[in-house]
Amino acid sequence: MAFDLKNWYLEKKQGDIILEYNGGITPELISEALESIENSLNMKNEKNRVRKKVYNVFVESLQNLYHHVDLPPSTAPVEQSSNFGIIILSKDGTFYRISTGNFVKKEKLNYIKDRIDQVNSLSDEEVRMLYRDILNNDEFSEKGGGGLGMLDIVRKTGNKLEYYFYQFDDEYIFFSLDVYIS
Amino acid sequence: MYTLVNRIATSMETIIREGSPKTPFVRLDGEKGVVEIKGRSIPENSVEFYKPIIDWLEKFGEAPSEETNVNIQLEYFNTSSSKCILDIFKRLELIHKKGNPVEINWYYEEDDEDMFEAGEDYQSIINIPFKMIEMEE
Repeated sequence: MAFDLKNWYLEKKQGDIILEYNGGITPELISEALESIENSLNMKNEKNRVRKKVYNVFVESLQNLYHHVDLPPSTAPVEQSSNFGIIILSKDGTFYRISTGNFVKKEKLNYIKDRIDQVNSLSDEEVRMLYRDILNNDEFSEKGGGGLGMLDIVRKTGNKLEYYFYQFDDEYIFFSLDVYIS
Repeated sequence: MYTLVNRIATSMETIIREGSPKTPFVRLDGEKGVVEIKGRSIPENSVEFYKPIIDWLEKFGEAPSEETNVNIQLEYFNTSSSKCILDIFKRLELIHKKGNPVEINWYYEEDDEDMFEAGEDYQSIINIPFKMIEMEE
């Protein structure tokens, strides 16, 4: 069955939507989005500890997109922005969910999948140790994070990353990632 | 000789940078031996933001103050800042090893386990007296 972005949205928009955005992911957008969630009542009424975690993971997720997204396929029903991404922050019951979606070239699939599977396979203690190892190696990826982004998200949330790859066409995959914060 | 020392000492300018929604307040005072970073650090390009600080520390390392107090009081930071912060600590570690004591004060809010753990990360990597200071909300 062909991938339907509308259905994907419906699924991710369960619960109270705190922020929803689709379009180009730029530094300005990230600032605006952060300001907007800081001003939301949901966040204002939240415990300090959880609130900071949500901000931190939200920014990390958006910056992950910023550093890695590509131009969407020309046939996709979305804005043709050079760094197109979708982000939805919602409160669903006792959880906050951050869902991101973006189109990636098919050849990147294995790399992303292996990366997430590896992070998901680690215990809390292993995550901490690997984080320290990467932090302390001198390599600094040009994109900034040096490979710490996903690891940091798993560490801060204490939850596994949930991902789905949907085939869009022969060239592109829609990569969907859900992060839960409780 | 006196004038030369004097010149080095006065050439260390104090840097103060006001905080912004994505970058922390920074104060680098060579004369008093104070390094302060407060607020949040989430710029997309952390290397660019931290470069002047690293450059300052490199210069400071040539003629450091007798003691240096480092106060880090971050609300939260992104992973790209985390490496830059480590870089700062590594510069300070060199100064400490050369015989001019450095002490790091790492502030965290009482319920902020993430910031506490981040402090532990640095403490495990860096060989400088490292104080974890809990702040009440």
